[in-house]
Amino acid sequence: MRSEPAQTPAGSLPDALDLESRAWVEGLRTTGGELVAAIERLHDLLLRAAHSEARRRRHLYPEISGAELDDLCGQAADDAVLAVTRKLDGYRGASRFTTWAYGFAVFEVSVQLRRHRWRGGVIPTADDDTTWERLASGGTTAQTRIESAELLRALRRAVAEELSPRQRQVFVAVALNDVEIDVIAGQLQSTRGAVYKVLHDARRKLRLRLEREGHLEQAETT
Amino acid sequence: MNEHDPLTRLLGTPGEDSGCEGGMAMIAEYVELELAGRNAEELFPALAAHLRNCPACAEDYQGLVALARGRQS
Repeated sequence: MRSEPAQTPAGSLPDALDLESRAWVEGLRTTGGELVAAIERLHDLLLRAAHSEARRRRHLYPEISGAELDDLCGQAADDAVLAVTRKLDGYRGASRFTTWAYGFAVFEVSVQLRRHRWRGGVIPTADDDTTWERLASGGTTAQTRIESAELLRALRRAVAEELSPRQRQVFVAVALNDVEIDVIAGQLQSTRGAVYKVLHDARRKLRLRLEREGHLEQAETT
Repeated sequence: MNEHDPLTRLLGTPGEDSGCEGGMAMIAEYVELELAGRNAEELFPALAAHLRNCPACAEDYQGLVALARGRQS
């Protein structure tokens, strides 16, 4: 079991690293014209990856296409290049360099697509009757349905009584109303990771409360 | 609770969860291990749990698998 990346000192690479990955890293550690050329190659790579990922997701975002999609992929590639160059010392050679770098392109294009689609949309923030009625009927996009009225009432009470205002805002939007976490992160001027932490803590509080009240069988382990 | 019941979809699963940033640091290795036929879920249980609890990272993981697989072929 591994719980963290391979322990190689920042900046050094394992001897067994493939030649192509090593060439990428060495190119990005040069200066002047060589560095400019390496960054251009990286941008080309990540732009292709962004387009590939956007094509893979086109069934999710059919309304985004043409020049708009090209611009979005270009922005995602720009942001991914910045992320890769800033985090280059974090690359330990545990995977191919291209796989590691693709991760940034996929992340950036997913954020761009989600936020673009939600532009101007209203984000539900209230755990009102409509939200809970939809949950009872299975009318959310995730088709989440809780059939037990008693459990639903207990969950609603727990949301009202256990969560901080920020936790309630995130839980109601993401878990109850299927708003994409990147959209909430954009609205809060935060990051996916920080919003997920809020959601994670909210879920934990709710699980503990429901366990205390006998609605969940499994004991909380964290 | 199991990962398919509605309550788990709302509340996630208890236990260790790498989080989005922690997962991002390991995801490339996870994907390559998986494509090599290794049991990545067993090697990185906290990341596997995160991919069950975070739909955004799960979708990104699918994208990375597709890109890495395309590079292999």
